[in-house]
Amino acid sequence: MSFVVPKESFNGKVLAVDFGKDDKALAIGGETCLPFLSFEGEIPHKPVIAYEIQDCVPDDWPDTVKNVYKDVSGNPVTWAKYCQNELKAKAIALRLSSTHPDRGDRSAEDAAKTVKDVLAAIQVPLIILGSNHIEKDASVLVASAQAASGSNCIIGKAQEGNYKTIVAAALAHNHKLIAMSELDINLAKQLNILITQMGFDKAKLITDPMCAALGYGLEYTYSVMERIRLAGLAQNDPTMQPPIVGDVGMYVWKIKETVASETDVPDWGALEERGIAWETVTATSMILAGTNLLIMRHPKAVENVEKTINELV
Amino acid sequence: MALTGVQIFKLLPKTNCKKCGFPTCLAFAMKLAQAGVDISACPDVSEEAKATLGAASAPPIRSFSLGTGDKAVKLGAETVMFRHEKKFVNPCAIAVNIKDDLSEDALANMAAEVSASEIDRVGQKLRVDAISIEYASGSSAKYEAAVKLVAAKAPDAAIILNCKDTGAMEAAVKAVAARKPLIYCATDGNAEAMAHIAKANGCPLVACADGLDALSTLTEKIKGLGVEDIVLDSGAKSAKEIIEHNTQIRRAALKKSFKPLGYPIINFVMRDDSIHEASIASVAIAKYSSIVVLSDISKWKDLVLFSLRQNLYTDPQVPMQVEQKVYEIGEPKADAPFMITTNFSLTYFIVSGEIENSKVPSRLAVMDCEGLSVLTAWAAGKFTASKIAQFIIESGIADQLARKELILPGQVAILSGALEDKLEGWKITVGPREANAIPTYLKGRAS
Ligand code: SF4
Repeated sequence: MSFVVPKESFNGKVLAVDFGKDDKALAIGGETCLPFLSFEGEIPHKPVIAYEIQDCVPDDWPDTVKNVYKDVSGNPVTWAKYCQNELKAKAIALRLSSTHPDRGDRSAEDAAKTVKDVLAAIQVPLIILGSNHIEKDASVLVASAQAASGSNCIIGKAQEGNYKTIVAAALAHNHKLIAMSELDINLAKQLNILITQMGFDKAKLITDPMCAALGYGLEYTYSVMERIRLAGLAQNDPTMQPPIVGDVGMYVWKIKETVASETDVPDWGALEERGIAWETVTATSMILAGTNLLIMRHPKAVENVEKTINELV
Repeated sequence: MALTGVQIFKLLPKTNCKKCGFPTCLAFAMKLAQAGVDISACPDVSEEAKATLGAASAPPIRSFSLGTGDKAVKLGAETVMFRHEKKFVNPCAIAVNIKDDLSEDALANMAAEVSASEIDRVGQKLRVDAISIEYASGSSAKYEAAVKLVAAKAPDAAIILNCKDTGAMEAAVKAVAARKPLIYCATDGNAEAMAHIAKANGCPLVACADGLDALSTLTEKIKGLGVEDIVLDSGAKSAKEIIEHNTQIRRAALKKSFKPLGYPIINFVMRDDSIHEASIASVAIAKYSSIVVLSDISKWKDLVLFSLRQNLYTDPQVPMQVEQKVYEIGEPKADAPFMITTNFSLTYFIVSGEIENSKVPSRLAVMDCEGLSVLTAWAAGKFTASKIAQFIIESGIADQLARKELILPGQVAILSGALEDKLEGWKITVGPREANAIPTYLKGRAS
């Protein structure tokens, strides 16, 4: 019996989404096959990793990752420049954490100013994220979208409870949009439908099926992502064809495995390596499941995942 | 392909002698088709019929054990490409490679490290399963001594003999034959000799070739030499080769019933940087490898890879559940906050993690709601005021508390009135809707 390469071809295609401006603009998605299986399809763009920064000192991050940024994290502009110039970030994700009612409750106007300042300081594309507070994000992201008008950013996350205002702002100021739902392919599909029904172009959408850290429900995220990909490619379901984002850092850098010292849990070994490996392996599994855009925190984890991506393409 | 009852019937003696315990050959055939009995129950069946039946009922990916004893690892027997279709069957073995030219101390240390690698994770005992001993010294005697030493110091680990020299291999296999070492490897050049050693000692054998075409030819050759338990090495080294070869192997076996590749896979993922190696190992674990060989291990690396393997090999149909009880987080005193949630493991992990982050010692009651999250359990009538009241009363927790106050998830605030009626003497407080608000909430209460 001689071996014949068992190829599968699909009718569907992941939509390509570009963001940013000029020569630093990036594109994600566009593939016609499952992740990295280029022997049977086209993969025009490899996954992109964005460095996460915040609009306030990240005092809730564990030391392993907080210390990396201790000299720059007092100001989002210096932090953003550090990521772009020193760490060679290809994209930056600015999380407006301090707008959360429990974390400073800063106003939408303040947030808009931060966005403007950061945009003025960097050339790489910017992703603008709220604090994941349904009501507050609606006002914060509207003001931020306006402040970033013309910069072709990605804004998010629009959720079932607040998508209408955020979609309208993304439409008005020509941004790309992250639509987030909670670990359920049907919810993801439904939200994409609701958003496109408002006249938003599905080719400007990015799906966030909700990330989870390794050991804390990663398998749910993994399978929801795989199913979204198969629905988009094999069943040619147009509502399941936007690229996928994995907001990895925020889920990883709070669990016990990235926080507890070796003295507390001797069985778990060195804390620094453990934390970096946790973010690296979580992100690696996400790209295998279909993630096109990763949001990460630790430079060494980013470096390792980029090395793996370069081996995979 | 499995045969139908009628197809099987045609292969039987058709004497209706009842020796199999069935009234007729046809009845026996029908039961065989459902895999409810074994063919050996019929004493008169021909060898030829047995062989036909055996080949037809063989799983598309052959299954056998790596190692011996109760720590042996089952390999193969996989049935799907994606874990949401059906549970991945046999979690891959994690192995570490060591060279025989190291000092005795170094060899013994590595063996001891493997032996001590077992940890308990969410109720499962996980460990580094195997040690690969690489022939680097060029001395057959040295290799045999190293193999003996490592085998003795790691009595539960499976042994992989990583050696292309057939003479050294023969001696080493004999030295640890009782452990059924995996022989690595047969190539086009040495297949006869390696297959002979494998067959004589009843050991599994890795077929190693460059690419899947050559590999298919090689496994057929080895099988023809009488070795059935074969492991595949396609020569994949880069992450790209690993994902492409492994995907093609599994697809060929499952979708095309291509027997020459219907075997478990071994991948060597050695990299200079240990964290990068963990990343490449993740590619192999997620994408169909049955044995992943690392260049070094450490506690953090073991933990991260065990966790990934455990996550991906859980049953997607069964929601993960945690045991119903009152969990103590930190060292709660009698006046510590007392909260409740459901036993969906994801819910439990997130809520308990946020309580830990708050650094406020607390008690968390986890109620059995068949693995549903709070809102779903409430909607399904499993997280109701009367059921919660019953659980709280039966838990006897009231005796341990200075003040009978229960903090309810914000998503089911609606239950607080009814619960206050049913739990006499208790104060019901509505907590945050989202778990990420728990630290602020608990710290706020504490101050
Ligand atoms: S023992 Fe064999 S021959 Fe006899 S009835 Fe059963 S199947 Fe038929």
